[in-house]
Amino acid sequence: MSWRAQGLRTWLLQRLTAIYMALYLLLALLVLYSHPVTGFTAWHDLFHQPVINIATIFMFASIFYHAWVGVRDILVDYVQPQPLRFMILTLVSILLLALMLWVVFLMFGVLQG
Amino acid sequence: MITNTRRPKFLNLFKIHLPVTGVTSFAHRVSGALLFVSLPFWVYLFSLSLHNEASFKLALGYLTSPWTRLVLLILLWSILHHLFAGIRFLLLDIHLGHSLKSARRSAWLVNFTGAILFVVLALWWLL
Repeated sequence: MSWRAQGLRTWLLQRLTAIYMALYLLLALLVLYSHPVTGFTAWHDLFHQPVINIATIFMFASIFYHAWVGVRDILVDYVQPQPLRFMILTLVSILLLALMLWVVFLMFGVLQG
Repeated sequence: MITNTRRPKFLNLFKIHLPVTGVTSFAHRVSGALLFVSLPFWVYLFSLSLHNEASFKLALGYLTSPWTRLVLLILLWSILHHLFAGIRFLLLDIHLGHSLKSARRSAWLVNFTGAILFVVLALWWLL
């Protein structure tokens, strides 16, 4: 059985990213509740910590991958004409990749700065 | 062109009468779509918030402006419903709550919890 062709990999990653996002959200709420952010410096210091920085990059990667799977599911159900579906999927993938690049550069900047 | 008749059908949304489980599922889609649309906005705000003192304040200003409040309220419901409905789907994946009765009950619970928590958090935020 082909793991990829059957969509199993996508199915599994959709769920793994969901669990990661839920855990990140829970931890973020706990951290923000126990250490309220007082201003820019505190906020910046938070993401300057390598663990939080990298966890946040993974958070955004999870969001974007999860969104990609969801958008694809929706388009397959509601957008019938193949060329239109393909065009929208292309635009969505470009948008999500651009957002991911933006986040990576942003977080690397914060890590160094 | 090859046609595969087993592919999902083109659904007419106006001809479907949904049971409660369908409402939960469809709302999961709608909330997911709304959250997707909001993504560029969040990345932009996050980027602003980490640039410098002034842009941090600008980002906060955007978040608290009356204009964005409505958007944020819609997104608040979206994330709550999407999270709870998602947890329900994950439990169904591991075969918890598979019977029709418990599936209906958990669907109600998800819709209800999302709505109630939305109202509570919205009031707490706005008042």
